[in-house]
Amino acid sequence: MKEISLNILDIAKNSTKAGATLVKISLEEDDSTLTLVIEDDGCGMDEETVKGVCDPFYTTRSTRKVGMGIPLLKLSCEQTGGRFRIESRDKETYPDAHVTKTSAIFYKNHIDFTPLGDVVFTVVTLIQGDPNIDFLFSHKTPKGEVGLDTRDLRAQLGDIPLNEPEILTWISDFLKEQYEELT
Amino acid sequence: MKSLAELQAIKEKMQNKVALREGSGEMRVVVGMATCGIAAGARPVLSTFVEEVNNADLSGKVTVSQTGCIGLCQYEPIVEVIEAGKEKITYIKMTPDKAKRVVQEHLVGGKVVAEYTFAKENA
Repeated sequence: MKEISLNILDIAKNSTKAGATLVKISLEEDDSTLTLVIEDDGCGMDEETVKGVCDPFYTTRSTRKVGMGIPLLKLSCEQTGGRFRIESRDKETYPDAHVTKTSAIFYKNHIDFTPLGDVVFTVVTLIQGDPNIDFLFSHKTPKGEVGLDTRDLRAQLGDIPLNEPEILTWISDFLKEQYEELT
Repeated sequence: MKSLAELQAIKEKMQNKVALREGSGEMRVVVGMATCGIAAGARPVLSTFVEEVNNADLSGKVTVSQTGCIGLCQYEPIVEVIEAGKEKITYIKMTPDKAKRVVQEHLVGGKVVAEYTFAKENA
């Protein structure tokens, strides 16, 4: 992947495919690190599946969501000296508290750090693909914070779908404006 | 600075339009957005379809959606055009420029861009 934002798109799609109603994407930066956390309330995975997802050769057709995505994200943070972690509580064992949380820490000054890239593009693409799922996006930097909560948009828009082109453009401009404020 | 209140205005403007669209979807454009597609450049291909379909005023007729791995990873980005009563067309190795041409010639003009199709490459 050429940009971390593409890894984010890929991993967040696992969440939407797992039947999540809310996907939280958080980026937190300081001078030397970037921490990515993606958390969803989808069906989750049992212990054995969680162990398997980091192995690119684990894929089977019946668990098609498992493939190269997680190994690529893991590689992209570990090659900067960072750490990767995935935890999950599956729906069967934890019917009221099923959650999957993927975390990756990147060292930004490492020569093998992949640029974050266009994360606004990623958020808009996710909403276009799954307009009925809620996304909570936040990016904290030393200069300030950028954020979007689709539940707030829904409160304003009622039953207008979030993937209408006019709405997607508005979301994109809304986030870009927040980024401009930071610089 | 943009505020959430602006969405109210957009909502009012759109309510009539959305009602018109109900029951549409005679034509579907489906973009493969699994790991293979994303790594090969599907994100700008998808957004080009969304924009160009809107620009060509086809939103009432064409829906643009995302899907997982189609199973032909070496040909990504892959785009399928599905139209009721017609054979599915599979476009391969797509780019934003190719997407623009498919919107103009196929979605607007009704003529398949044969040179970008899987059938052509494997003929």
